[in-house]
Amino acid sequence: MSKPKIAFYWAGSCGGCEVAVVDLGEKIYDVVDAFDIVFWPVAIDTKYDDIRNLEDGEIEVCFFNGCIRNEENEEIARLLRQKSKVMIAFGSCSHLGGIPGLGNLSSRDETLDYVYRKTPVFGNEDGTMPCTTCVKDGNTIDLPALRTEVSALDDVVDVDYYIPGCPPPLPVIEGAVAALMSGELPRKGAVLSTEKTVCDECDKEKRKKMVGKARRIYDDDVDTSLCLLEQGIPCMGPATRGGCKAACPSANMPCTGCMGPPPASQEQGSRMVTAITSLIAVENEREATAEEVAEALASLRDPVGFFYMYSLPTSFLKRRYNDE
Amino acid sequence: MTEESFEPKIVGFLCNWCSYAGADLAGTSRTKYKPNVRVIRVMCSGRVDPLFVLKAFEKGADGVLIAGCHPGDCHYMSGNYKTRRRMELMRRMLEQFGINPERLRLEWVSAAEGARFAHVVNDMTEKIRELGPSPINGGATDE
Repeated sequence: MSKPKIAFYWAGSCGGCEVAVVDLGEKIYDVVDAFDIVFWPVAIDTKYDDIRNLEDGEIEVCFFNGCIRNEENEEIARLLRQKSKVMIAFGSCSHLGGIPGLGNLSSRDETLDYVYRKTPVFGNEDGTMPCTTCVKDGNTIDLPALRTEVSALDDVVDVDYYIPGCPPPLPVIEGAVAALMSGELPRKGAVLSTEKTVCDECDKEKRKKMVGKARRIYDDDVDTSLCLLEQGIPCMGPATRGGCKAACPSANMPCTGCMGPPPASQEQGSRMVTAITSLIAVENEREATAEEVAEALASLRDPVGFFYMYSLPTSFLKRRYNDE
Repeated sequence: MTEESFEPKIVGFLCNWCSYAGADLAGTSRTKYKPNVRVIRVMCSGRVDPLFVLKAFEKGADGVLIAGCHPGDCHYMSGNYKTRRRMELMRRMLEQFGINPERLRLEWVSAAEGARFAHVVNDMTEKIRELGPSPINGGATDE
């Protein structure tokens, strides 16, 4: 009897998710014992046609990492969806849009212009710009076009489960793989991690204290035994799903929110606004003017970039608008 | 939608103790004011989750008005101070999203200020009318 087939794919991603799979170490042999890997561009030599030649639904599970940034990402997402029984968004980019999702704060043309013309270290004196068709030695090569917007995987295809994280933490992957192998899967659309927040898993002492303004982690005398947020250091813990065992705060770095919103909240940014504004307030607020309130909060740099670092394309507003 | 026929849709979150009573006073005093605000009563302006604001914009609101008790007068002592912080941050975030922060307005309206409520609504309606329809959902993208 042939083994059930699985596939791994990377779309708009950095490759970190692939490393996370390899981090399974010897447990990967259990996966190989139980499944036949039919497609994994980063590790084995397979072609898109190998997938096209499969029957619909022939792949048991597809682990898809990376966001949908260009037309190729979208095309392969649709192809793999068609050929797979279970489609899993693996990692922040396919789950929420990920860090590339911040590209939605610029238009496609602005992005291309900056990357190919304005980046100081990029020598492009001829002003060569990427194009979608190229003729070389009489042959025409078509290249995928950049989409106007970055999307998460579920924006273009139906997704069955999500494995969160940038990259997904090992226990979360192991838990998901164990659930898949036992066949005991939760309801469709579930995020395969804990229901708790990062704060619930963080063992720093919380004193419910307020601060006058936001600080940066490198500023000065940070007490690493205390909650970073209560010392004015923006930390996404309250607006982020756990499962990582608060890996970053444990290493004295603030959480940046890669696991996405916790189950009780629909998006991270608004949740974080509530959390951080209950901690940062100007002293003697009752006598303060609106300007003084604004000044205290101005210490918080780039709120959209920080609160939506991994989830902009799946947030309520999704991208930048042009409101003349 | 043409410029002339554009009627701004404004979602108004009014606190139960001051601003809703103020709006009520405007009504019982038969003060005429623009019909563009859809009022939602909340127990406190501090009840307005930033999510409500984003949701209103996502669903097509051209503006969001939040009205609460004057500083020092909050029925729950500090709800309006929290709102002031939140909405200040929200306005900055809207700016980053390329949305004119004037589309989100926070006002203090007491239960005795029916006339002020009418003024706020009229003023905001005209300001939003000048800004035009919200660019979110169906509006112009930058490409």
